[in-house]
Amino acid sequence: MNLSPAFTDDLIQGAYFLAALLFIVGLKRMSSPKGARVGILWAGAGMLVATLITFLWPGMHNFGLMLAAILIGGGAAWWSGKRVAMTAMPQMVALYNGMGGGAAAAIAADELLHPEGLGRAALTLAVVGAFIGTVSFSGSLIAFGKLQGLINKSWRFKGQQLVNGLVFLLAAGHGVMIALGYGHGMGPVVFFFLLSLLFGVLMTVPIGGADMPVVISLYNAFTGLAVAFEGFVLQNPAMIIAGMVVGSAGTLLTQLMAKAMNRSIGNVLFSNFGETAAAGGEVSGSLKPIDAADAGVMMAYGAKVIIVPGYGMAVAQAQHKVWELTQLLQSRGVTVKFAIHPVAGRMPGHMNVLLAEAGVPYDIIADLEEINAEFPTADVALIIGANDVVNPDARNRKDSPIYGMPILDADKAKNVIVIKRGQGRGFSGIENALFYMDNTRMLYGDGQEAVARLIQGIKTLD
Amino acid sequence: MIDGFIALYIFMLAGFTGYEVISRVPVILHTPLMSGSNFVHGIVLVGAMVALGQADGPVEQIIGFVGVALAAGNAVGGYVVTERMLEMFKDSGGKRGKA
Repeated sequence: MNLSPAFTDDLIQGAYFLAALLFIVGLKRMSSPKGARVGILWAGAGMLVATLITFLWPGMHNFGLMLAAILIGGGAAWWSGKRVAMTAMPQMVALYNGMGGGAAAAIAADELLHPEGLGRAALTLAVVGAFIGTVSFSGSLIAFGKLQGLINKSWRFKGQQLVNGLVFLLAAGHGVMIALGYGHGMGPVVFFFLLSLLFGVLMTVPIGGADMPVVISLYNAFTGLAVAFEGFVLQNPAMIIAGMVVGSAGTLLTQLMAKAMNRSIGNVLFSNFGETAAAGGEVSGSLKPIDAADAGVMMAYGAKVIIVPGYGMAVAQAQHKVWELTQLLQSRGVTVKFAIHPVAGRMPGHMNVLLAEAGVPYDIIADLEEINAEFPTADVALIIGANDVVNPDARNRKDSPIYGMPILDADKAKNVIVIKRGQGRGFSGIENALFYMDNTRMLYGDGQEAVARLIQGIKTLD
Repeated sequence: MIDGFIALYIFMLAGFTGYEVISRVPVILHTPLMSGSNFVHGIVLVGAMVALGQADGPVEQIIGFVGVALAAGNAVGGYVVTERMLEMFKDSGGKRGKA
Protein backbone atom coordinates (compact mmCIF):
# COMPACT_ATOMS: atom_id res chain seq x y z
CA MET A 1 0.00 0.00 0.00
CA ASN A 2 1.14 3.54 -0.68
CA LEU A 3 0.02 5.49 2.33
CA SER A 4 1.94 8.46 3.59
CA PRO A 5 3.73 7.77 6.90
CA ALA A 6 1.78 10.47 8.70
CA PHE A 7 -1.52 9.07 7.51
CA THR A 8 -0.53 5.52 8.51
CA ASP A 9 0.42 6.75 11.94
CA ASP A 10 -2.92 8.53 12.38
CA LEU A 11 -4.72 5.42 11.23
CA ILE A 12 -2.89 3.22 13.73
CA GLN A 13 -3.29 5.62 16.63
CA GLY A 14 -6.95 6.13 15.77
CA ALA A 15 -7.57 2.39 15.73
CA TYR A 16 -5.83 1.98 19.09
CA PHE A 17 -7.93 4.78 20.53
CA LEU A 18 -11.06 3.08 19.28
CA ALA A 19 -9.90 -0.24 20.75
CA ALA A 20 -9.24 1.29 24.18
CA LEU A 21 -12.66 2.94 24.10
CA LEU A 22 -14.40 -0.29 23.10
CA PHE A 23 -12.61 -2.23 25.86
CA ILE A 24 -13.76 0.17 28.54
CA VAL A 25 -17.32 0.40 27.24
CA GLY A 26 -17.38 -3.39 26.82
CA LEU A 27 -16.28 -4.02 30.40
CA LYS A 28 -18.81 -1.46 31.56
CA ARG A 29 -21.59 -3.33 29.76
CA MET A 30 -20.60 -6.47 31.62
CA SER A 31 -21.91 -4.98 34.85
CA SER A 32 -25.43 -6.20 34.16
CA PRO A 33 -26.43 -9.68 33.00
CA LYS A 34 -28.58 -8.39 30.15
CA GLY A 35 -26.01 -6.16 28.49
CA ALA A 36 -23.06 -8.36 29.26
CA ARG A 37 -23.00 -10.30 26.01
CA VAL A 38 -22.97 -7.12 23.93
CA GLY A 39 -20.03 -6.00 26.07
CA ILE A 40 -17.76 -8.86 25.01
CA LEU A 41 -18.78 -8.38 21.36
CA TRP A 42 -17.68 -4.74 21.49
CA ALA A 43 -14.44 -5.57 23.23
CA GLY A 44 -13.88 -8.27 20.62
CA ALA A 45 -14.43 -5.78 17.81
CA GLY A 46 -11.89 -3.47 19.42
CA MET A 47 -9.35 -6.28 19.56
CA LEU A 48 -9.92 -7.20 15.93
CA VAL A 49 -9.49 -3.62 14.71
CA ALA A 50 -6.34 -3.11 16.77
CA THR A 51 -4.81 -6.39 15.58
CA LEU A 52 -5.51 -5.82 11.90
CA ILE A 53 -4.25 -2.25 11.89
CA THR A 54 -1.00 -3.33 13.55
CA PHE A 55 0.03 -5.02 10.29
CA LEU A 56 0.49 -1.47 8.94
CA TRP A 57 3.05 -0.63 11.65
CA PRO A 58 6.01 0.92 9.83
CA GLY A 59 9.29 -0.93 9.44
CA MET A 60 8.12 -4.41 10.32
CA HIS A 61 9.23 -7.68 8.79
CA ASN A 62 8.76 -11.36 9.72
CA PHE A 63 5.13 -11.27 8.54
CA GLY A 64 5.15 -14.97 7.70
CA LEU A 65 6.23 -15.90 11.21
CA MET A 66 3.67 -13.49 12.61
CA LEU A 67 0.77 -15.05 10.75
CA ALA A 68 1.92 -18.55 11.61
CA ALA A 69 2.19 -17.69 15.31
CA ILE A 70 -1.26 -16.10 15.32
CA LEU A 71 -2.77 -19.11 13.60
CA ILE A 72 -1.08 -21.61 15.91
CA GLY A 73 -1.73 -19.77 19.20
CA GLY A 74 -5.18 -18.52 18.24
CA GLY A 75 -6.21 -21.83 16.70
CA ALA A 76 -5.20 -23.88 19.72
CA ALA A 77 -6.98 -21.48 22.04
CA TRP A 78 -10.10 -21.43 19.87
CA TRP A 79 -10.21 -25.20 19.78
CA SER A 80 -9.69 -25.63 23.53
CA GLY A 81 -11.96 -22.74 24.48
CA LYS A 82 -14.88 -24.11 22.50
CA ARG A 83 -14.53 -27.58 23.97
CA VAL A 84 -13.75 -26.96 27.63
CA ALA A 85 -16.46 -27.94 30.09
CA MET A 86 -17.91 -25.18 32.25
CA THR A 87 -16.66 -27.00 35.33
CA ALA A 88 -13.10 -26.73 34.01
CA MET A 89 -13.38 -22.99 33.37
CA PRO A 90 -11.10 -21.86 36.25
CA GLN A 91 -8.06 -23.65 34.87
CA MET A 92 -8.73 -22.43 31.32
CA VAL A 93 -8.93 -18.83 32.51
CA ALA A 94 -5.70 -19.40 34.42
CA LEU A 95 -4.05 -20.84 31.33
CA TYR A 96 -5.07 -18.03 28.95
CA ASN A 97 -4.03 -15.52 31.56
CA GLY A 98 -0.63 -17.15 31.91
CA MET A 99 -0.20 -16.95 28.15
CA GLY A 100 -0.80 -13.20 28.28
CA GLY A 101 1.82 -12.87 31.00
CA GLY A 102 4.23 -14.93 28.94
CA ALA A 103 3.63 -12.73 25.91
CA ALA A 104 4.37 -9.58 27.93
CA ALA A 105 7.55 -11.25 29.17
CA ALA A 106 8.54 -12.15 25.60
CA ILE A 107 8.12 -8.54 24.50
CA ALA A 108 10.32 -7.47 27.40
CA ALA A 109 12.92 -10.10 26.51
CA ASP A 110 13.18 -8.83 22.94
CA GLU A 111 13.49 -5.25 24.18
CA LEU A 112 16.07 -6.11 26.83
CA LEU A 113 18.21 -7.97 24.32
CA HIS A 114 18.66 -4.77 22.36
CA PRO A 115 18.01 -2.02 24.89
CA GLU A 116 19.64 0.71 22.80
CA GLY A 117 17.37 3.72 22.53
CA LEU A 118 15.35 2.90 25.64
CA GLY A 119 15.41 5.66 28.24
CA ARG A 120 15.84 5.02 31.95
CA ALA A 121 12.08 4.98 32.61
CA ALA A 122 11.36 2.62 29.72
CA LEU A 123 14.17 0.30 30.73
CA THR A 124 12.96 0.18 34.32
CA LEU A 125 9.36 -0.51 33.34
CA ALA A 126 10.52 -3.15 30.85
CA VAL A 127 12.30 -4.95 33.68
CA VAL A 128 9.41 -4.62 36.15
CA GLY A 129 6.93 -5.76 33.51
CA ALA A 130 9.18 -8.65 32.60
CA PHE A 131 9.27 -9.80 36.20
CA ILE A 132 5.52 -9.48 36.81
CA GLY A 133 4.65 -11.04 33.47
CA THR A 134 6.98 -13.98 33.99
CA VAL A 135 5.70 -14.63 37.51
CA SER A 136 2.15 -14.52 36.18
CA PHE A 137 3.17 -16.95 33.44
CA SER A 138 4.78 -19.64 35.57
CA GLY A 139 2.40 -19.05 38.48
CA SER A 140 -0.66 -19.41 36.26
CA LEU A 141 0.71 -22.61 34.77
CA ILE A 142 1.11 -24.06 38.26
CA ALA A 143 -2.42 -22.93 39.13
CA PHE A 144 -3.62 -24.60 35.93
CA GLY A 145 -1.81 -27.81 36.87
CA LYS A 146 -3.37 -27.80 40.32
CA LEU A 147 -6.90 -27.14 39.10
CA GLN A 148 -6.58 -29.68 36.31
CA GLY A 149 -5.43 -32.27 38.84
CA LEU A 150 -1.97 -32.62 37.31
CA ILE A 151 -0.40 -31.40 40.53
CA ASN A 152 -2.10 -32.87 43.56
CA LYS A 153 0.17 -31.87 46.36
CA SER A 154 0.65 -28.49 47.91
CA TRP A 155 4.40 -28.67 48.18
CA ARG A 156 5.61 -27.16 51.41
CA PHE A 157 8.84 -27.35 53.31
CA LYS A 158 10.48 -25.74 56.29
CA GLY A 159 12.07 -22.40 55.53
CA GLN A 160 10.05 -21.99 52.36
CA GLN A 161 9.46 -18.30 53.01
CA LEU A 162 13.19 -17.78 53.35
CA VAL A 163 13.96 -19.55 50.07
CA ASN A 164 11.22 -17.62 48.27
CA GLY A 165 12.52 -14.39 49.74
CA LEU A 166 16.06 -15.16 48.58
CA VAL A 167 14.94 -16.02 45.06
CA PHE A 168 12.93 -12.81 44.96
CA LEU A 169 15.89 -10.73 46.12
CA LEU A 170 18.17 -12.38 43.56
CA ALA A 171 15.71 -11.70 40.76
CA ALA A 172 15.13 -8.14 41.93
CA GLY A 173 18.87 -7.52 42.22
CA HIS A 174 19.40 -8.76 38.70
CA GLY A 175 16.52 -6.63 37.49
CA VAL A 176 18.01 -3.51 39.04
CA MET A 177 21.36 -4.30 37.44
CA ILE A 178 19.79 -4.67 34.01
CA ALA A 179 17.73 -1.50 34.48
CA LEU A 180 20.87 0.43 35.42
CA GLY A 181 22.54 -0.78 32.24
CA TYR A 182 25.11 -3.12 33.80
CA GLY A 183 23.53 -6.30 32.56
CA HIS A 184 23.58 -6.21 28.81
CA GLY A 185 23.63 -9.27 26.63
CA MET A 186 22.25 -12.71 26.80
CA GLY A 187 23.64 -14.08 30.08
CA PRO A 188 22.18 -11.72 32.67
CA VAL A 189 18.87 -11.41 30.82
CA VAL A 190 18.39 -15.18 30.61
CA PHE A 191 19.35 -15.60 34.27
CA PHE A 192 16.91 -12.86 35.24
CA PHE A 193 14.05 -14.60 33.45
CA LEU A 194 14.94 -17.99 34.93
CA LEU A 195 14.86 -16.52 38.43
CA SER A 196 11.50 -14.88 37.73
CA LEU A 197 10.07 -18.14 36.41
CA LEU A 198 11.30 -19.95 39.48
CA PHE A 199 9.79 -17.36 41.79
CA GLY A 200 6.38 -17.72 40.15
CA VAL A 201 6.52 -21.48 40.64
CA LEU A 202 7.70 -21.27 44.26
CA MET A 203 5.09 -18.68 45.11
CA THR A 204 2.17 -20.72 43.75
CA VAL A 205 3.13 -24.27 44.66
CA PRO A 206 2.21 -24.06 48.36
CA ILE A 207 -1.21 -22.47 47.79
CA GLY A 208 -4.19 -24.78 48.26
CA GLY A 209 -7.15 -25.28 45.95
CA ALA A 210 -9.74 -23.32 47.92
CA ASP A 211 -7.52 -20.22 47.75
CA MET A 212 -7.47 -20.33 43.96
CA PRO A 213 -10.13 -17.60 43.48
CA VAL A 214 -7.68 -15.16 45.05
CA VAL A 215 -4.68 -16.48 43.13
CA ILE A 216 -6.36 -16.47 39.72
CA SER A 217 -7.65 -12.94 40.03
CA LEU A 218 -4.29 -11.78 41.38
CA TYR A 219 -2.40 -13.17 38.39
CA ASN A 220 -5.02 -11.63 36.12
CA ALA A 221 -4.12 -8.27 37.65
CA PHE A 222 -0.40 -9.09 37.30
CA THR A 223 -0.69 -9.77 33.59
CA GLY A 224 -2.66 -6.55 33.15
CA LEU A 225 0.09 -4.54 34.83
CA ALA A 226 2.81 -6.28 32.85
CA VAL A 227 0.97 -5.46 29.61
CA ALA A 228 0.60 -1.84 30.67
CA PHE A 229 4.32 -1.52 31.47
CA GLU A 230 5.41 -3.13 28.21
CA GLY A 231 2.92 -0.84 26.50
CA PHE A 232 4.90 2.10 27.83
CA VAL A 233 8.13 0.57 26.54
CA LEU A 234 6.60 0.14 23.09
CA GLN A 235 4.88 3.54 23.22
CA ASN A 236 1.53 1.86 22.71
CA PRO A 237 -1.33 3.68 24.48
CA ALA A 238 -3.88 0.90 23.84
CA MET A 239 -1.71 -1.53 25.78
CA ILE A 240 -1.16 0.96 28.59
CA ILE A 241 -4.85 1.72 29.00
CA ALA A 242 -6.17 -1.82 28.58
CA GLY A 243 -3.47 -3.28 30.79
CA MET A 244 -3.97 -0.70 33.52
CA VAL A 245 -7.77 -1.07 33.49
CA VAL A 246 -7.39 -4.83 33.90
CA GLY A 247 -4.66 -4.36 36.49
CA SER A 248 -6.81 -2.25 38.77
CA ALA A 249 -9.97 -4.27 38.12
CA GLY A 250 -8.12 -7.46 38.95
CA THR A 251 -6.73 -5.90 42.11
CA LEU A 252 -10.23 -4.94 43.20
CA LEU A 253 -11.54 -8.44 42.54
CA THR A 254 -8.60 -9.96 44.43
CA GLN A 255 -9.41 -7.76 47.43
CA LEU A 256 -13.07 -8.78 47.29
CA MET A 257 -12.12 -12.47 47.28
CA ALA A 258 -9.68 -12.12 50.16
CA LYS A 259 -12.24 -10.14 52.13
CA ALA A 260 -14.80 -12.91 51.62
CA MET A 261 -12.40 -15.21 53.43
CA ASN A 262 -11.61 -12.62 56.09
CA ARG A 263 -7.93 -12.84 55.21
CA SER A 264 -5.44 -10.47 53.71
CA ILE A 265 -3.96 -11.14 50.28
CA GLY A 266 -0.58 -11.59 51.93
CA ASN A 267 -2.05 -14.18 54.26
CA VAL A 268 -3.44 -16.17 51.32
CA LEU A 269 -0.10 -16.09 49.49
CA PHE A 270 2.32 -16.64 52.30
CA SER A 271 0.64 -18.39 55.22
CA ASN A 272 0.58 -22.03 54.06
CA PHE A 273 -3.02 -22.09 55.23
CA GLY A 274 -4.50 -25.50 55.93
CA GLU A 275 -1.18 -27.10 56.81
CA THR A 276 -0.79 -25.16 60.00
CA ALA A 277 -4.47 -25.15 60.91
CA ALA A 278 -5.06 -26.84 64.21
CA ALA A 279 -7.38 -29.80 64.35
CA GLY A 280 -10.02 -27.23 65.28
CA GLY A 281 -10.99 -28.73 68.60
CA GLU A 282 -13.50 -31.40 69.37
CA VAL A 283 -17.11 -31.22 68.31
CA SER A 284 -20.04 -32.53 70.25
CA GLY A 285 -22.77 -34.59 68.65
CA SER A 286 -22.63 -37.19 65.94
CA LEU A 287 -23.09 -37.49 62.20
CA LYS A 288 -26.64 -38.61 61.48
CA PRO A 289 -27.20 -40.20 58.09
CA ILE A 290 -30.48 -39.97 56.20
CA ASP A 291 -31.68 -41.83 53.15
CA ALA A 292 -32.73 -40.07 49.98
CA ALA A 293 -36.43 -40.91 50.29
CA ASP A 294 -36.74 -39.25 53.70
CA ALA A 295 -34.69 -36.27 52.59
CA GLY A 296 -36.95 -35.96 49.54
CA VAL A 297 -40.05 -35.90 51.74
CA MET A 298 -38.57 -33.16 53.93
CA MET A 299 -38.02 -30.93 50.91
CA ALA A 300 -41.16 -31.79 48.98
CA TYR A 301 -43.44 -30.90 51.90
CA GLY A 302 -41.52 -27.82 52.92
CA ALA A 303 -42.45 -24.30 51.91
CA LYS A 304 -38.95 -23.08 51.22
CA VAL A 305 -35.67 -24.75 50.32
CA ILE A 306 -32.33 -22.99 50.05
CA ILE A 307 -29.63 -24.80 48.11
CA VAL A 308 -25.98 -24.08 48.96
CA PRO A 309 -23.64 -25.36 46.24
CA GLY A 310 -19.87 -25.60 46.60
CA TYR A 311 -16.88 -26.93 44.71
CA GLY A 312 -18.15 -30.49 45.26
CA MET A 313 -21.06 -29.74 42.93
CA ALA A 314 -18.59 -28.76 40.21
CA VAL A 315 -16.50 -31.89 40.74
CA ALA A 316 -19.58 -34.11 40.53
CA GLN A 317 -20.95 -32.16 37.51
CA ALA A 318 -24.21 -32.11 39.44
CA GLN A 319 -25.53 -28.72 38.28
CA HIS A 320 -27.99 -30.13 35.72
CA LYS A 321 -29.47 -32.59 38.22
CA VAL A 322 -29.71 -29.81 40.78
CA TRP A 323 -31.77 -27.71 38.36
CA GLU A 324 -33.97 -30.72 37.63
CA LEU A 325 -34.54 -31.10 41.37
CA THR A 326 -35.30 -27.39 41.63
CA GLN A 327 -37.92 -27.54 38.90
CA LEU A 328 -39.51 -30.59 40.47
CA LEU A 329 -39.78 -28.82 43.82
CA GLN A 330 -41.10 -25.66 42.18
CA SER A 331 -43.80 -27.67 40.43
CA ARG A 332 -44.94 -28.78 43.89
CA GLY A 333 -45.17 -25.18 45.05
CA VAL A 334 -41.92 -25.12 47.03
CA THR A 335 -39.95 -21.89 46.90
CA VAL A 336 -36.36 -22.67 45.95
CA LYS A 337 -33.42 -20.31 46.20
CA PHE A 338 -29.70 -20.67 45.72
CA ALA A 339 -27.21 -19.20 48.19
CA ILE A 340 -23.76 -18.53 46.77
CA HIS A 341 -20.74 -17.73 48.88
CA PRO A 342 -18.30 -15.35 47.15
CA VAL A 343 -15.45 -17.85 47.26
CA ALA A 344 -17.46 -21.00 46.56
CA GLY A 345 -15.61 -22.96 43.89
CA ARG A 346 -12.25 -22.25 42.37
CA MET A 347 -12.65 -18.81 40.81
CA PRO A 348 -14.78 -15.75 41.54
CA GLY A 349 -18.39 -16.47 40.60
CA HIS A 350 -17.68 -20.10 39.68
CA MET A 351 -21.01 -21.41 41.01
CA ASN A 352 -23.02 -18.79 39.14
CA VAL A 353 -21.54 -19.91 35.86
CA LEU A 354 -22.34 -23.55 36.52
CA LEU A 355 -25.91 -22.79 37.53
CA ALA A 356 -26.34 -20.57 34.49
CA GLU A 357 -25.07 -23.41 32.33
CA ALA A 358 -27.72 -25.71 33.75
CA GLY A 359 -30.34 -23.06 32.99
CA VAL A 360 -31.10 -21.79 36.50
CA PRO A 361 -32.54 -18.26 36.16
CA TYR A 362 -30.36 -15.79 37.98
CA ASP A 363 -33.21 -14.15 39.89
CA ILE A 364 -33.42 -17.14 42.25
CA ILE A 365 -29.67 -17.01 42.89
CA ALA A 366 -28.72 -14.86 45.85
CA ASP A 367 -25.42 -13.87 47.34
CA LEU A 368 -24.40 -13.85 50.96
CA GLU A 369 -25.82 -10.49 52.06
CA GLU A 370 -29.19 -11.09 50.45
CA ILE A 371 -29.80 -14.62 51.61
CA ASN A 372 -28.52 -14.80 55.18
CA ALA A 373 -31.63 -13.18 56.63
CA GLU A 374 -33.75 -15.82 54.87
CA PHE A 375 -32.21 -18.98 56.32
CA PRO A 376 -34.36 -18.92 59.52
CA THR A 377 -37.47 -19.02 57.32
CA ALA A 378 -36.22 -21.97 55.26
CA ASP A 379 -37.54 -25.45 55.99
CA VAL A 380 -34.52 -27.12 54.45
CA ALA A 381 -31.02 -25.92 53.62
CA LEU A 382 -29.51 -28.37 51.13
CA ILE A 383 -25.72 -28.28 51.11
CA ILE A 384 -24.10 -29.77 48.02
CA GLY A 385 -20.34 -30.05 48.14
CA ALA A 386 -19.81 -26.95 50.27
CA ASN A 387 -18.00 -27.14 53.58
CA ASP A 388 -16.00 -24.32 55.14
CA VAL A 389 -18.33 -21.61 53.84
CA VAL A 390 -21.18 -22.98 55.99
CA ASN A 391 -19.16 -23.80 59.11
CA PRO A 392 -20.78 -21.97 62.04
CA ASP A 393 -17.44 -22.12 63.88
CA ALA A 394 -16.48 -19.12 61.79
CA ARG A 395 -19.07 -17.21 63.81
CA ASN A 396 -18.88 -18.98 67.15
CA ARG A 397 -15.41 -20.25 67.97
CA LYS A 398 -12.66 -17.73 68.43
CA ASP A 399 -10.01 -20.46 68.29
CA SER A 400 -11.13 -21.74 64.91
CA PRO A 401 -8.71 -21.02 62.03
CA ILE A 402 -11.58 -19.67 59.96
CA TYR A 403 -13.02 -17.52 62.77
CA GLY A 404 -14.33 -14.23 61.38
CA MET A 405 -14.85 -15.44 57.84
CA PRO A 406 -18.30 -14.39 56.59
CA ILE A 407 -20.36 -17.56 56.13
CA LEU A 408 -23.76 -18.58 54.87
CA ASP A 409 -25.96 -19.11 57.93
CA ALA A 410 -27.25 -22.48 56.77
CA ASP A 411 -27.26 -23.69 60.37
CA LYS A 412 -30.18 -21.36 61.09
CA ALA A 413 -32.49 -23.23 58.74
CA LYS A 414 -35.05 -25.54 60.36
CA ASN A 415 -33.44 -28.59 58.79
CA VAL A 416 -30.11 -29.06 57.10
CA ILE A 417 -29.33 -31.81 54.60
CA VAL A 418 -25.70 -32.21 53.62
CA ILE A 419 -24.77 -34.13 50.48
CA LYS A 420 -21.23 -35.33 50.92
CA ARG A 421 -19.06 -37.96 49.37
CA GLY A 422 -17.59 -39.27 52.59
CA GLN A 423 -16.74 -38.26 56.12
CA GLY A 424 -13.60 -36.31 55.26
CA ARG A 425 -12.91 -32.76 56.27
CA GLY A 426 -12.94 -29.63 54.16
CA PHE A 427 -10.00 -27.94 52.53
CA SER A 428 -8.92 -26.23 55.70
CA GLY A 429 -8.81 -29.56 57.51
CA ILE A 430 -11.23 -28.41 60.19
CA GLU A 431 -14.26 -30.26 61.44
CA ASN A 432 -17.51 -28.66 60.39
CA ALA A 433 -19.75 -28.11 63.40
CA LEU A 434 -22.75 -27.81 61.10
CA PHE A 435 -22.57 -31.50 60.24
CA TYR A 436 -22.92 -32.47 63.89
CA MET A 437 -25.91 -30.29 64.75
CA ASP A 438 -29.18 -31.81 65.93
CA ASN A 439 -31.11 -30.62 62.90
CA THR A 440 -28.53 -31.78 60.37
CA ARG A 441 -28.77 -35.00 58.35
CA MET A 442 -26.03 -36.40 56.12
CA LEU A 443 -26.88 -37.80 52.70
CA TYR A 444 -23.76 -39.67 51.59
CA GLY A 445 -22.86 -40.16 47.96
CA ASP A 446 -21.49 -38.53 44.84
CA GLY A 447 -23.25 -35.20 44.30
CA GLN A 448 -24.86 -36.02 40.99
CA GLU A 449 -26.00 -39.48 41.98
CA ALA A 450 -27.30 -38.33 45.38
CA VAL A 451 -29.39 -35.60 43.77
CA ALA A 452 -30.70 -38.15 41.28
CA ARG A 453 -31.83 -40.30 44.21
CA LEU A 454 -33.54 -37.26 45.76
CA ILE A 455 -35.40 -36.63 42.51
CA GLN A 456 -36.42 -40.28 42.38
CA GLY A 457 -37.62 -40.14 45.97
CA ILE A 458 -39.77 -37.07 45.36
CA LYS A 459 -41.24 -38.49 42.16
CA THR A 460 -42.48 -41.59 43.96
CA LEU A 461 -44.50 -39.39 46.34
CA ASP A 462 -47.23 -38.84 43.79
CA MET B 1 5.63 10.39 22.34
CA ILE B 2 4.10 9.16 25.54
CA ASP B 3 6.58 10.10 28.15
CA GLY B 4 7.11 11.25 31.71
CA PHE B 5 4.10 12.87 33.25
CA ILE B 6 1.81 12.21 30.31
CA ALA B 7 2.42 8.50 30.87
CA LEU B 8 1.79 8.91 34.59
CA TYR B 9 -1.52 10.63 33.90
CA ILE B 10 -2.58 7.82 31.57
CA PHE B 11 -1.61 5.16 34.12
CA MET B 12 -3.52 6.95 36.86
CA LEU B 13 -6.69 7.65 34.88
CA ALA B 14 -6.82 4.16 33.40
CA GLY B 15 -6.31 2.69 36.87
CA PHE B 16 -9.24 4.61 38.31
CA THR B 17 -11.35 3.78 35.27
CA GLY B 18 -10.80 0.08 35.81
CA TYR B 19 -11.63 0.36 39.48
CA GLU B 20 -14.83 2.32 38.87
CA VAL B 21 -16.06 0.21 35.96
CA ILE B 22 -15.65 -3.00 37.91
CA SER B 23 -16.79 -1.90 41.33
CA ARG B 24 -20.48 -2.13 40.47
CA VAL B 25 -20.45 -5.55 38.87
CA PRO B 26 -22.77 -8.01 40.67
CA VAL B 27 -21.33 -11.20 42.12
CA ILE B 28 -23.04 -13.41 39.56
CA LEU B 29 -20.94 -11.84 36.82
CA HIS B 30 -17.59 -12.14 38.56
CA THR B 31 -16.42 -15.04 36.44
CA PRO B 32 -17.34 -13.63 33.02
CA LEU B 33 -15.93 -10.32 34.14
CA MET B 34 -12.63 -11.82 35.18
CA SER B 35 -12.52 -13.79 31.99
CA GLY B 36 -13.51 -10.66 30.05
CA SER B 37 -10.73 -8.61 31.58
CA ASN B 38 -8.47 -11.58 30.88
CA PHE B 39 -9.47 -11.16 27.25
CA VAL B 40 -8.84 -7.40 27.31
CA HIS B 41 -5.21 -7.81 28.30
CA GLY B 42 -4.93 -9.96 25.20
CA ILE B 43 -4.20 -6.60 23.55
CA VAL B 44 -0.64 -7.61 24.37
CA LEU B 45 -0.94 -9.25 20.95
CA VAL B 46 -0.35 -5.95 19.15
CA GLY B 47 2.79 -5.38 21.20
CA ALA B 48 4.04 -8.88 20.54
CA MET B 49 3.44 -8.38 16.81
CA VAL B 50 5.51 -5.21 16.83
CA ALA B 51 8.25 -6.92 18.82
CA LEU B 52 8.38 -9.80 16.36
CA GLY B 53 8.15 -7.42 13.42
CA GLN B 54 11.31 -5.69 14.60
CA ALA B 55 13.17 -8.82 15.67
CA ASP B 56 16.47 -9.64 14.00
CA GLY B 57 18.34 -12.89 14.27
CA PRO B 58 17.03 -16.30 15.26
CA VAL B 59 16.97 -15.74 19.05
CA GLU B 60 14.85 -12.62 18.88
CA GLN B 61 12.69 -14.19 16.22
CA ILE B 62 12.00 -17.27 18.32
CA ILE B 63 11.17 -15.15 21.37
CA GLY B 64 8.96 -12.92 19.26
CA PHE B 65 7.26 -15.91 17.68
CA VAL B 66 6.51 -17.46 21.08
CA GLY B 67 5.26 -14.08 22.30
CA VAL B 68 2.83 -13.67 19.41
CA ALA B 69 1.58 -17.26 19.73
CA LEU B 70 1.00 -16.85 23.48
CA ALA B 71 -0.67 -13.47 23.03
CA ALA B 72 -2.96 -14.79 20.30
CA GLY B 73 -3.88 -17.65 22.62
CA ASN B 74 -4.68 -15.17 25.38
CA ALA B 75 -6.86 -13.02 23.13
CA VAL B 76 -8.71 -15.77 21.27
CA GLY B 77 -9.12 -18.09 24.26
CA GLY B 78 -10.26 -15.25 26.49
CA TYR B 79 -12.83 -14.19 23.94
CA VAL B 80 -14.20 -17.67 23.28
CA VAL B 81 -14.75 -18.66 26.91
CA THR B 82 -16.14 -15.26 27.91
CA GLU B 83 -18.58 -15.33 25.03
CA ARG B 84 -19.65 -18.85 25.93
CA MET B 85 -20.29 -17.89 29.53
CA LEU B 86 -22.18 -14.72 28.74
CA GLU B 87 -24.30 -16.60 26.23
CA MET B 88 -25.64 -18.56 29.20
CA PHE B 89 -26.49 -15.42 31.14
CA LYS B 90 -28.35 -13.94 28.21
CA ASP B 91 -31.85 -14.48 29.47
CA SER B 92 -33.37 -15.29 32.78
CA GLY B 93 -36.26 -17.27 31.37
CA GLY B 94 -34.84 -20.60 32.46
CA LYS B 95 -33.89 -21.50 28.92
CA ARG B 96 -31.55 -24.43 28.99
CA GLY B 97 -28.02 -23.83 27.85
CA LYS B 98 -26.00 -26.37 25.95
CA ALA B 99 -23.77 -28.62 27.97
